[in-house]
Amino acid sequence: MTKSDASSIVCPIPLSEYPHVMMAHGSGGRMMQRLIDEMFRVAFTDVQPNDSAILSIPQDKIAMTTDSFVVRPLFFPGGDIGTLAVNGTVNDLAMAGACPKYLSVSFILEEGLSMETIWQVVCSMNKAANAVDIKIVTGDTKVVERGHGDGLYINTAGIGALEHEYVIAPEQVRAGDAVILSGDIGRHGMAVMSSREGLSFEGDIKSDCAPLSPCVRDILDAGLKPHCLRDATRGGVAAVLGEIAIASKTQVDIKESFIPVEDTVRGACEILGFDPLHIANEGCFIVFLHPDEQDKALNIMRNYNPLASVVGTVSEGKSGLVTLETSIGGQRILDMPTGELLPRIC
Amino acid sequence: MKYLDEYRDPEAAQSYITAIKKLTTKPWTIMEICGGQTHAIVRYGLQDMFPSEIMLVHGPGCPVCVTPIEKIDKALKIAALPNVIFCSFGDMLRVPGSDKDLLSVRAEGGDVRAVYSPIDAVKIAGENPDKEIVFFAVGFETTAPGNAMAAYQAKEMGLRNFSLLVSHVLVPPAMESILSNPECIVQGFLAAGHVCTVMGMDAYYPIAKKYEVPIVVTGFEPLDILQGIYMCIKQLEEGRYEVENQYARAVEEHGNTPAQELIEKVFQIIPSQWRGIGEISDSGWCLSDEYAEFDSEKRFNIEESIHKECANCISGEIMQGLKKPSQCPEFGKSCTPDNPIGAPMVSTEGACSAYFRYGRDAA
Repeated sequence: MTKSDASSIVCPIPLSEYPHVMMAHGSGGRMMQRLIDEMFRVAFTDVQPNDSAILSIPQDKIAMTTDSFVVRPLFFPGGDIGTLAVNGTVNDLAMAGACPKYLSVSFILEEGLSMETIWQVVCSMNKAANAVDIKIVTGDTKVVERGHGDGLYINTAGIGALEHEYVIAPEQVRAGDAVILSGDIGRHGMAVMSSREGLSFEGDIKSDCAPLSPCVRDILDAGLKPHCLRDATRGGVAAVLGEIAIASKTQVDIKESFIPVEDTVRGACEILGFDPLHIANEGCFIVFLHPDEQDKALNIMRNYNPLASVVGTVSEGKSGLVTLETSIGGQRILDMPTGELLPRIC
Repeated sequence: MKYLDEYRDPEAAQSYITAIKKLTTKPWTIMEICGGQTHAIVRYGLQDMFPSEIMLVHGPGCPVCVTPIEKIDKALKIAALPNVIFCSFGDMLRVPGSDKDLLSVRAEGGDVRAVYSPIDAVKIAGENPDKEIVFFAVGFETTAPGNAMAAYQAKEMGLRNFSLLVSHVLVPPAMESILSNPECIVQGFLAAGHVCTVMGMDAYYPIAKKYEVPIVVTGFEPLDILQGIYMCIKQLEEGRYEVENQYARAVEEHGNTPAQELIEKVFQIIPSQWRGIGEISDSGWCLSDEYAEFDSEKRFNIEESIHKECANCISGEIMQGLKKPSQCPEFGKSCTPDNPIGAPMVSTEGACSAYFRYGRDAA
């Protein structure tokens, strides 16, 4: 079995047998073994046969992270829970400046989920892992009764190698730093929301779900020393900037007109009363670094998304404050979103 | 982006600001009625761009804020019933009742759903014949046509499992209530554009005349608001008190007549409670006799209980323009968007929430 692209293979479990997940698929017997051998091992060829995977990493320092994925619907424009489960963890490693190496995958399957769905997700994961050369080395499967899950939950944990000596963390952010955004914002959150709620907007909104490690790698390989990297996932750019301003005890000042937002996303946000700065992204990150390095970083980032922009600066100002110069020239505070985004009445 | 960028142009904004500065010779207090306008003012940081003589006060036009606590408590009780699917506009879900909100009811097992249109709730009723579907029909004249259409469609479809928990309020009586208060400081109004899109401008002429106050029907984009304020200040400086229409691209003199006819068929005028303000006569709608069978309050026999408002919350005075959110002892302390005590802290359109999010420490 080559590991190039499992999506070319037909679902290996004959549908005539068990086209849906049964409780027995999680009970440790023969049915579970078949599911693992004929589904997971076919796609994930690096999975080791024992309970623990034995890994070797030449570097002294490693980064480790974990994330759980509970997205509904499982498939959305621009991605699915599988691509998200790989890229989400890959991106968390990349934000520490680590090179993603190994991944674990745990599935929580709901009784009744179709095998075809699992196969599609597994193929997406295989493809996403191959794209950044991260190896899926171990995993687990559990089955919950029908009605006790949303079809499929995935947890991934990842290990990455740190190939540099300096610390990339919010506390490293300094007054004077440039703030660079890697691309346009709001696509993932609005894509998922519009497919979940059955909303149709003019033009398709596709999730920006993508691995960020190649771009980070290029930044580091160019000898740049970012002070902090952060992917703008839940809570969007506003939450990330707020967290970093608090952690670094600095003030972050950004300009609304510098922040790229696709017209379809902007339109959808207008209709629902959302601020694109509060919407989740899955392929977008923010770099804080010395202003002398900003042009070089921007050039690299634009190879991945031509809309990458310098959106603001860090000042001593007031610790923990994020300000926004509005598109019309006014000033306001950019606060973190409160919680669940709820559409406005009118 | 077309239809947005032209109303958010920084150069045009600056020329309005310059014109307003040139025009203003003395202090003026203007109230924007609608929460959507408050939201735009703070979101775009307009307030600090005006000359210091101009004071903007934020009116009661946020439906989330003025829905009475009694109604919220009823919603909470109905939503917790076992066979009910309770549908609501999204931002009503976080409005605090006496002891919890609808999101908490959902967490405790109630089937509470945010919908984008009351018609979605009618659809859910059609798909779930064994369940009772309740829609929380709140809002001003703006949401009334949609809510009326839901009741109308439900009747046409013969749906027996759909009802509306109605809490509808009307803008003109609230303006009169504010103006007749002896402590009123409001000298001019930006009337709510979308309310007038439905109802037209007719109701405002007698108010402008009786209270000698200029009323400018205004939209919601930054340039709409700047132009509305310019028109209002111009009237004030010239000693005029007329009804003018800044939002002519959406508002016609007599409004949307078919929508008004539907409203008249489905609803009837009643005195209404306003949270924080109290009862205002002829200021609300309930279902008309013809549609009374769709009234959730009649369908579910919910006992009245004791309603607890926070004693220190000054939301009523804020919504009448008598005080600013920052004058409230609870503001930003025990009352924040994460833990709202008063309703204006809940909706992004509420004055307190808008102040907290965008202007807490004057950026």
